[in-house]
Amino acid sequence: MIKRTHFKSSPLPYLLVAPQILITVAFFIWPASQAVYQSMLLEDPFGLKSEFIWFENYVLLFSDEIYFSTFLRTVVFSSLVAFLSLSIALLLAATADHVVRGTRTYRTLLIWPYAVAPVVAGTIWMFIFDPTLGIVSYFLHGIGYEWNHRLNGNQAMALIVLAATWKQISYNFLFFLAGMQAIPKSLIEAAAIDGAGPARRFWTIIFPLISPTTFFLMVMNIVYAFFETLGIVHAVTKGGPAKATEILVYKVFNDGFIGLDLGGSAAQSVILMLIVITLTVIQFRYIERKVEY
Amino acid sequence: MARVLIENITKSYGETEVLHGINTDISDGEFIVIVGPSGCGKSTLLRMIAGLEDISSGTISIDGRVVNTLEPKDRDIAMVFQNYALYPHMTVFKNMAYGLKLRKFSKKNIKIRVHQAAKLLQLEELLERKPRQLSGGQRQRVAMGRCIVREPKVFLFDEPLSNLDAKLRVQMRLELRKLHKRLKVTSIYVTHDQVEAMTLGDRLVVINDGYAEQIGPPLELYEKPASIFVAGFLGSPAMNFISAQISADGKTAQLSEDVKVPVANPLSKQGITEKKVTFGIRPEHFSLSDKEKTGLPLRVDHAEFHGASTMIYGRLPGNDELITVRLPHIHHISPETVLMLTALPEHIHIFDQKTGKRI
Ligand SMILES: Nc1ncnc2c1ncn2[C@@H]1O[C@H](COP(=O)(O)OP(=O)(O)OP(=O)(O)O)[C@@H](O)[C@H]1O
Ligand SMILES: [Mg+2]
Repeated sequence: MIKRTHFKSSPLPYLLVAPQILITVAFFIWPASQAVYQSMLLEDPFGLKSEFIWFENYVLLFSDEIYFSTFLRTVVFSSLVAFLSLSIALLLAATADHVVRGTRTYRTLLIWPYAVAPVVAGTIWMFIFDPTLGIVSYFLHGIGYEWNHRLNGNQAMALIVLAATWKQISYNFLFFLAGMQAIPKSLIEAAAIDGAGPARRFWTIIFPLISPTTFFLMVMNIVYAFFETLGIVHAVTKGGPAKATEILVYKVFNDGFIGLDLGGSAAQSVILMLIVITLTVIQFRYIERKVEY
Repeated sequence: MARVLIENITKSYGETEVLHGINTDISDGEFIVIVGPSGCGKSTLLRMIAGLEDISSGTISIDGRVVNTLEPKDRDIAMVFQNYALYPHMTVFKNMAYGLKLRKFSKKNIKIRVHQAAKLLQLEELLERKPRQLSGGQRQRVAMGRCIVREPKVFLFDEPLSNLDAKLRVQMRLELRKLHKRLKVTSIYVTHDQVEAMTLGDRLVVINDGYAEQIGPPLELYEKPASIFVAGFLGSPAMNFISAQISADGKTAQLSEDVKVPVANPLSKQGITEKKVTFGIRPEHFSLSDKEKTGLPLRVDHAEFHGASTMIYGRLPGNDELITVRLPHIHHISPETVLMLTALPEHIHIFDQKTGKRI
């Protein structure tokens, strides 16, 4: 017979998970449900009363051409950031994997940008490229190229891509390096004996073997480019010139907090939330496929 | 197929030298085994031949060509690693074809060669599998196959059987031997297992602490070990060592203060007088003396029956070292009995205690 006392419930387990649950509820579940609720409200211009309108905000959004072009712009921006930061980080990690002397310094330097807050990162790049004060724009002027991201939309886009990429490289680098160092050295040596030069070894052995890492990072980078770049955009271009750098997350911020269209802004953020959820699901679905050495 | 010439090879990692001038001449088609305890530098030597490790000084030549500065891929060698190093993302077929593809073989040729090797190694059914779907023995064979298809001049093996269980190891050992007989490719095989070394090698290179202690056919090393190290390393159970002081006339050996044994053939003939030496006698070379008085008095500690033979462990007077004796057949011997042991003179190895070298 099983004694009842074995099952005596103690409040301890509940107490132990309580902080995590509280944090999740307070910082995720509650605001998320608020956003969903708000996305169905129509606020009057003075913010005095609001009216429940079901999905009208969404209908409005999807029939809005500006929203559609913002969406496209975000896709372009995210792809550029993800592609650039992944390839540069991959190149750096492949180099670091080879470097023997001064490895620590090399790695530490590469990791620093990750510790920089987005707004600060944006500000740094804004200064470097400032049309009147910046060192790079000065040099560009020297070689006959006029740089003014405050007027030229493409240049503004290039600048935020640059800043966002720079900040993300460290993160990718760390994961790539860890992935490469998990590959047994004898595999590389076997390939070398089989007749593969360094580039061949990289593309036929190392790259396929770190593909789970690459996939994980790709999702992480898209999420990053979609959401965490708000600070950078805000610091560098504020979405301008003429909305040339207004990406989805910035539009949420701009419409909601500047334009005070809370309902529309909430609807946009719900759509963003759905995108993250989809990405996360994909992530969990496929990340399971681990490589075995 | 090729001759491999290793001349005065040394290897240093920074200040520390781990190989101190190795010389070996490996002839065409020979199966040579590099054997020694863990950390003695076997893998390092092999990896230098492969080109995976820089050569600090000396020269290595394969087929008459100095390869010191050649890349691994240009040395025309193939290597089986201890962990097999199969490419996990490629099928067995692709693993074997990889080297051929890089060497720009035609698709048809690759197919023919891989299928030939697969047939030889009984891998035909497994060509479409990934390495993780194979057993240890099968992986080992794929690693072999990857080497065979390229038909290199030299095979290099770094403890290829050490990840297999005991039974499979014996089986793979036989297969390796058979394979070598068929292909006759010069092979250099590293192991720390003396049984593997004795059974596989045409010749052995025994390495101790970065020095080649002795090079020769297994039987020669077994019968005429050049040093205490080689004597103790080869053979199982290991050789017994008894230190003694040889008298001035070379006719007696003082084993301890009160044990003095006559030496059958006076050692003075060989110029050994008044010397501290170490006698080495293999357990199976002892026999029981038929005379009550002559021989080494062994006080039995315990005995074990191994079916066909009996192992007796005991001590000589005034000496704490355990002596192992293997007698054929079953003997009932109780502890504390004193046995008189003898051995044939040709089975007694004498080593200079100072240098550890054979006298
Ligand atoms: N990269 C290295 N840097 C410094 N010392 C090294 C390096 N690689 C090996 N050694 C040293 O060289 C010596 C020989 O190593 P090696 O790997 O050749 O031993 P081994 O005979 O193959 O041993 P095992 O049977 O354990 O594989 C060891 O003492 C080892 O510590
Ligand atoms: Mg080794």
